[in-house]
Amino acid sequence: MISANLSAIFYLISGVLFILALRGLSSPETSRQGNFFGILGMVIAITVTFLSIGDFSSGFVYVFIFLLIGALIGAFIAYKIPMTAMPELVAGFHSLVGLAAVFVAISAFLNPEAFNLGSPGDIKLGSLIEMSIGAAVGAITFSGSVIAFLKLQGIMSGSPITFKGQHPLNALILISIVVVTYLLCSTQSANLFWILLAISFLIGFLLIIPIGGADMPVVISMLNSYSGWAAAGIGFTLENTALIITGALVGSSGAILSYIMCKGMNRSFFNVILGGFGATDQISSTGSKEQKPVKSGNAEDAAFLMKNASSVIIVPGYGMAVAQAQHALREMVDTLKKNDIKVTYAIHPVAGRMPGHMNVLLAEANVPYDEVFELEEINNDFANTDVAFVIGANDVTNPAAKTDPQSPIYGMPVLDVEKCKSVLFVKRSLSPGYAGIDNDLFYKENTLMLFADAKKMTEDITKNL
Amino acid sequence: MEIDPFIFRLSIFILSIFIGYYVVWSVTPSLHTPLMSVTNAISSVIIVGAIIAGLAGNSANIFNSSSIFGFLAISLAATNIFGGFLVTQRMLAMYKKKKKDK
Repeated sequence: MISANLSAIFYLISGVLFILALRGLSSPETSRQGNFFGILGMVIAITVTFLSIGDFSSGFVYVFIFLLIGALIGAFIAYKIPMTAMPELVAGFHSLVGLAAVFVAISAFLNPEAFNLGSPGDIKLGSLIEMSIGAAVGAITFSGSVIAFLKLQGIMSGSPITFKGQHPLNALILISIVVVTYLLCSTQSANLFWILLAISFLIGFLLIIPIGGADMPVVISMLNSYSGWAAAGIGFTLENTALIITGALVGSSGAILSYIMCKGMNRSFFNVILGGFGATDQISSTGSKEQKPVKSGNAEDAAFLMKNASSVIIVPGYGMAVAQAQHALREMVDTLKKNDIKVTYAIHPVAGRMPGHMNVLLAEANVPYDEVFELEEINNDFANTDVAFVIGANDVTNPAAKTDPQSPIYGMPVLDVEKCKSVLFVKRSLSPGYAGIDNDLFYKENTLMLFADAKKMTEDITKNL
Repeated sequence: MEIDPFIFRLSIFILSIFIGYYVVWSVTPSLHTPLMSVTNAISSVIIVGAIIAGLAGNSANIFNSSSIFGFLAISLAATNIFGGFLVTQRMLAMYKKKKKDK
């Protein structure tokens, strides 16, 4: 058994190691070392916990058994999961953090002596408040992440679910959470604790159902943030520095990612949270659609255009992930490079279903990361480029965001694809993208539409090069 | 008058938010997905509380209503720790630089 002071110092060290783990991610070169720091921090935290309890009685066997069960499941998932399923995986993991926070809070509520928080029915006020916050946020994280997971997995429709009185109902529930927490703290009633958990689960569910599929990058980042705040709440209850530091880090990390994603869509955070985007616009756009001429081509035409180009920029989007076209794309690019054509990749901040989604897929297909550029790094290059190859992206290339103040996406930063000499657009049909608006790019003189599955089309082009 | 230890914890919390703010802004956008998976893994340090809860039962009654929640939380957090770190490792191993000789 080690003293409380010594264990507190070790918890501090593990908190610092977690900071270094995030710091490592500032560049791919240092990132692996960063991950190692993270693992080390975790090992220290767990070891110190065992040592500080020091009572190696029969209970330890069970702790190890449950630890092992979780470890095996986690390791199995980590090795099996395809990279395209990363958004679902992260959403699933968030739900686990949330649920773990809820369970720890329940345990602390039922047996406060074990945590030095007082006795049942007479828990220290401060601890009870912290516990309630941790439990409520944890519950919201859990049910919200489950919905996000179901939507990403396609089990639940990605389209927003809205109903009348949705916002007043949510507001009412949020107010009642505050009221119940207040009553719980003044009466210490166990029933109120269960009610608090129940309504928190409910609000997590209700908050996420109105948010549509393409807003998922914001939702995932937001839930990431919540899982951090839940951990911090529990950290205060347990008076544990490692947990407080980590909770704060994760909380602000998720918040920053949400902010970056909202900015990438030129929408306020509030606007995304209220949801329903894309549900109403679709109806209006289908009404008065005149037939505009579209040039469509086949793989041969595309191969011809690219062979005669000296530079190509690839613009990937969610469609590439759906079609699993990243490997076929890399093969196409390899062939182009053999013909001395300069190829780079342009990634929009909200391409895909989570922050950095496209980068991971390209990395998986062995695309070197120094050929992949962010919007602001590459946007000026389109004007001096021969061919833009848009694969699975749509709204993020729409010039209407710059020219048409009526457009729902007006003001959103977009890739200046139309400035290229010619644009190849791989798409399954002319249907509008997520925002429900027509893309003017389809009808431009220098655009060639390639109507096909992204993977099949890329393979065909490679054959024709 | 003595300062409540809560204030010290609050100070750590607030300062950590600022550290998180600056550290995360310096993360390169191409690593945002690994950032999410690694934050997932580290927030599972909540396992510390789960272990305390699991071991709170006395030897005569290991599985009381409180410790059973602790044991379940241990499994959930362990899934996250192992899953989170390993999948991050797997992703980071894929990020490669262009070969010089080409």
